[in-house]
Amino acid sequence: MSDRAESFPLHRRDVAKTLLGARDDTLIVTGLGSTNWDFTAAGDCARIFPLWGAMGGAVPTGLGLALAQPDKRVLVATGDGEMLMGIGALATVAVQAPKNLAICVFDNERYGETGMQTTHTATVADLALTAQGLGIKDASVIADEDTLAKQVDTIVNAEGPVFRVIKVRAEPLEFVLPSKDGVHLKNRFRAELLGPGAV
Amino acid sequence: MEWGNDIYKAVKEAGVGQVAYVPDAGHKILINACIADNDIKAVSLTTEEEGVALSAGAWLGGDKCVMLMQSSGVGNCINMLSLIETCRFPFAAFVTMRGQWHEFNPWQMPMGTTTKQALETAGCLVDEVENPADVGAKAAATLHKAFVGQQSAVLLLSQRMVPIKTFGK
Repeated sequence: MSDRAESFPLHRRDVAKTLLGARDDTLIVTGLGSTNWDFTAAGDCARIFPLWGAMGGAVPTGLGLALAQPDKRVLVATGDGEMLMGIGALATVAVQAPKNLAICVFDNERYGETGMQTTHTATVADLALTAQGLGIKDASVIADEDTLAKQVDTIVNAEGPVFRVIKVRAEPLEFVLPSKDGVHLKNRFRAELLGPGAV
Repeated sequence: MEWGNDIYKAVKEAGVGQVAYVPDAGHKILINACIADNDIKAVSLTTEEEGVALSAGAWLGGDKCVMLMQSSGVGNCINMLSLIETCRFPFAAFVTMRGQWHEFNPWQMPMGTTTKQALETAGCLVDEVENPADVGAKAAATLHKAFVGQQSAVLLLSQRMVPIKTFGK
């Protein structure tokens, strides 16, 4: 059991706000579950597709979107537990090598929704090294404000695939929930991106 | 095995932009045709559930995605199919069956004999084909059901249509 994450300097809600605000046209997929609340708190909008379930599905959802929309920037923001459940998808991303895709793992080393139990990143697992090993060469860790400030432009603009583990503090936060109506979330996203005829 | 070309033709006519697959002997012709096609993004998966989420993401971005897998892979998809069901994403899959006809490997039986029930329980509309002459029409109907009817549609391709696997025994 590691308590180190309770003193990580970066706060996830601030990170979400920074990433959402960095570009006003990024298409964002957020994973079950805390990253949903982070981005909803940062500014719920139609270009965010939050996953309320489908654990392990955030990265492949973002990949399908990125392949369909090669001229748009796509950001997957998910948690360490969700990433670990679908870790092989990083190799699938590496093979496809979409230039428009960035993946940010908000790593608080905890399963937030189930009671803050530690994930394997709290002890032995290194997600950035794993991503590199699975073929995403531009993979690194962001653990402080200065590094985040320097890396934001890379996350939203640089040639992908980009993978960043953002070490965020394990802290209790208020739930800020988006709609949980999946049909609504899908339709609002498609209408925003493809126009009202797409619904 | 030439029926793979009939599915490819249906896939092209439906305007499919992405094809997700796990390597499979039964789907070899179709997979190779998709890889060779510059208008199709062929995505090789590490596990079938990725393909379900990929299909959802593709649709969010305006692409139609088709998934190719074996019956054993259906078991890997079950929770991810909640994404299709809850958000009512169109979903199309072609599944080559094991555990049905001269199956050599008993480990293929549990999923092979329950594929249809598993998919139906997960909210998919399931059709089956055993006659190679019917594959093209059934493939087209499956794609229509998915992308025009906006349903979750799966076509099971009988093991009787693929060469019997014996591992030389």
